[in-house]
Amino acid sequence: MIRSLHRWFGLIAALLLIVITVSGAALSIFPVSDALNTPSAGNISVATLAERIKANEPTVEQIRRAPSGQITAYYFKGDAPVSSAIDPATGAALGTTEKSGVERWLINLHRSLFLDDNGRYAVAFGAVSMLILSTAGLFMLARRAGGWRLIFKPTRGTGDGRLHAILSRAALPGLLLSSMTGLWMVAATFDVLPQGAPAPLFPTEVSGQTGMAPGKIALLQQTPVDALRSLTFPLAGDSTDAFRLKTSDGEGYIDQGNGTLLAWSDANWIDKASHLATMLHTGRGLAWLGVILGLSALVTPVLSWTGLLIWLKGRGRQKIKSVAAADADTIVLVASESGTTWAFAQTLQSALSAAGLRVHVGPITAFNPEHWPKAKRVVLMAATYGDGAAPSMAAGFLDTFRRMPVKRGLSLAILGFGDRSFPAFCGFAKDIADAAESKGWSSLVPFDTVDRQSPQDFARWGRVLAQKLRLDFELNHVPVLPRTWQMELISKRDYGASVQAATSILRFALPKHSFWKRFLGQGFPRFEAGDLIAVVPEGSQLPRYYSLASGSKDGFVEICVRKHAGGLCSGQLVALEPGDSITAFVRANPGFRPQRGRKPVILIGAGTGIGPLAGFARANQKHRAMHLYFGTRHPASDAFYAEELYGWQKEGRLASVSTAFSRSATPAYVQDLLRADAAKLTKLIAAGGQILVCGGREMAAGVADALTDVLAPAGPSLATLKAEGRYAEDVY
Amino acid sequence: MKSFMAVLAVTTALTIPSLASAAQVTLTTKMRSYGGNGAYLAYYVTNAQGRYVGSLWMAGGKTRYYEHLSGWYRATGGNTAEINGITGASVGSGRTLKVTLDLADTLFDAGYQLHIDAAVEDMRDSPNEIVVPLTSAGAGKAVSGSRYIANFSFAR
Repeated sequence: MIRSLHRWFGLIAALLLIVITVSGAALSIFPVSDALNTPSAGNISVATLAERIKANEPTVEQIRRAPSGQITAYYFKGDAPVSSAIDPATGAALGTTEKSGVERWLINLHRSLFLDDNGRYAVAFGAVSMLILSTAGLFMLARRAGGWRLIFKPTRGTGDGRLHAILSRAALPGLLLSSMTGLWMVAATFDVLPQGAPAPLFPTEVSGQTGMAPGKIALLQQTPVDALRSLTFPLAGDSTDAFRLKTSDGEGYIDQGNGTLLAWSDANWIDKASHLATMLHTGRGLAWLGVILGLSALVTPVLSWTGLLIWLKGRGRQKIKSVAAADADTIVLVASESGTTWAFAQTLQSALSAAGLRVHVGPITAFNPEHWPKAKRVVLMAATYGDGAAPSMAAGFLDTFRRMPVKRGLSLAILGFGDRSFPAFCGFAKDIADAAESKGWSSLVPFDTVDRQSPQDFARWGRVLAQKLRLDFELNHVPVLPRTWQMELISKRDYGASVQAATSILRFALPKHSFWKRFLGQGFPRFEAGDLIAVVPEGSQLPRYYSLASGSKDGFVEICVRKHAGGLCSGQLVALEPGDSITAFVRANPGFRPQRGRKPVILIGAGTGIGPLAGFARANQKHRAMHLYFGTRHPASDAFYAEELYGWQKEGRLASVSTAFSRSATPAYVQDLLRADAAKLTKLIAAGGQILVCGGREMAAGVADALTDVLAPAGPSLATLKAEGRYAEDVY
Repeated sequence: MKSFMAVLAVTTALTIPSLASAAQVTLTTKMRSYGGNGAYLAYYVTNAQGRYVGSLWMAGGKTRYYEHLSGWYRATGGNTAEINGITGASVGSGRTLKVTLDLADTLFDAGYQLHIDAAVEDMRDSPNEIVVPLTSAGAGKAVSGSRYIANFSFAR
């Protein structure tokens, strides 16, 4: 519901909002220049100001004070009407105060699109849309972050979704304020607000005398210039006229003969609220706020664009031709926030169909065993949105599923799709799996997960499925590859020969681009240590991911690779010689890197998992406290980065280095180092420290166990740390 | 060029019981290129004693801005009943407004004066920018304004 509100208002109002926000951002500059060019009035009274102006310009008709503090006087030079800014210290004219043509043009575009009242209605619709978009967006941000408490924590995820979330979080307060105050202003223009205080009626009786100097009028003496809105002088030669005074407190008439107050009405809260709304919206009188609102508004075009991209990607769900549900023996149901999971379903469908099964593919909302008389098995492919929530299309599915009776002879397979950098990885799929188990559904294959659309994870699950079905198929899911680059190996360091585990640290040159290409954004993307490089090996279209041990600033691309028995890609990489090239692209992994700031960082890695950790240390030029725990096989053969680690420790880029060797005289693992250092670790975590773990799956599980034990007595749980982005894993 | 046909509302003091004693009068107001948003203009009549008699036309539809037409506002207390049915759009910089009304013959050559107050957003208020006696001799003669109105004339 909230997502569709956000989506539809975004799509419908995007162009309108871009016009309104860009013109609004441009308008925010003017109050700044006003504030810089307006001389201060000091503590003088309206009486003093009026006297000073009258002494300089005896024909003065009116004095106005703008919210910026600028004083304008209206008078005559001969027969010609003149308006001029006034220096309140002297009463002297400073020059015209009329708005420039550009500013007026922008204002008219901003509030009415040059279409008068119809334009105002359109802009009001824009403001309502912005209000709905911002409010719905706020709920989505909270859901994405995993709760309101975590909304200010670093944003997870990658690509357009992440950019959209980061920018909208920064711009939200400004956009909310602008749209609400803007709506108030439109309402005031159309007189739909409750009535302000009625203006006092012109007094029926005046003294009939003239000539009281404004400087002698008591009320003007008591009114400070800061409270002034306007003071209108009586018409020359009209003894029935009176002074008219408007202040922040109200307005009234003053006799021009004896200075008595003839009529007065106090401003009510509507008047004050309208004035405040105008000031907050325009920044006139609050120039700094205007600039903040202007910058927030400028984000809107980017939000529209990224929002559109997210929506288009989500629509990428292909129409899959499938057997009718009533005739199918295998039902594949998809719950997906974006279209990518549908592509996996298609791969599964073609593999199963080729193996002779009759497969129906549909959305998870179509779950109803009653309609599947011939079905023997159901595969549920469920993506997870944000922190363990269901994709919007599958909202309510869990309840339906829990209510539905178990059907005999029908077995379930559940596969979760998600991103391991979120705390509740594949949370929605896991919930379905738990519900299925507790209801007693028979299980086709055990629950499994696919991390970040990994074709390898999917293929692994496919092998289990093939074995269970006694069929022969491979799930070769070929994702649409982004643009790839050729990269040349410039240096190589080999390790591990003596323990039969060839490992290399490979350094590639950055692909070179002309300035023009980089300017157009077609160059090699920027990356940091901890991001991933996807290498496309020869003879396969499936990219393999490796964690980067360097960032763009280092000027090279470095990875640490161990050759796996039968590994296609790792074999090719370890066999490279300087001058050889690979085909690769970079994928951001923002969840795995040190958070900003000076808080301590605990780096834990084993084997080639040292790569990104070494990259973090190399980039640590600010000498923030980084503590490295590193486990490997043998000091003689597997001491990756040994020289660098020594140097970085001496320079202060690493505060401490502890190493464990599993194949030495006294074998030890990195978990052992952690348990031995429990007191120090507890202290580092209490100081707000962050833990980054890189290595194999088993090692990561061992590290998690060890840390759980270490933190159990006093510290926060690992789950808490993970939710705060203070515990992140990069495992393979 | 904008032109309006209007018959004064029955309630105003200027109403005439039958068209026999009335004539069509066209008010032509040419604006200067003052370089601002559309001007609000209030047309009203005062009698020989200077007392407000009634309104002829209001150019500009947002009542919250009427207080800037300070002569008219003072005379009427901003009462919009005075301009019920005789309100039109504001007049842009450099444009001309023509309003045709049925005016009672008795208004002419009897000491009545026609006033025009003008105001523009964020600019100076200009009450009584035009004050002309309603006389037969004055018909067709252009009168200049001081701030926003280049010239004004009425024709019977």
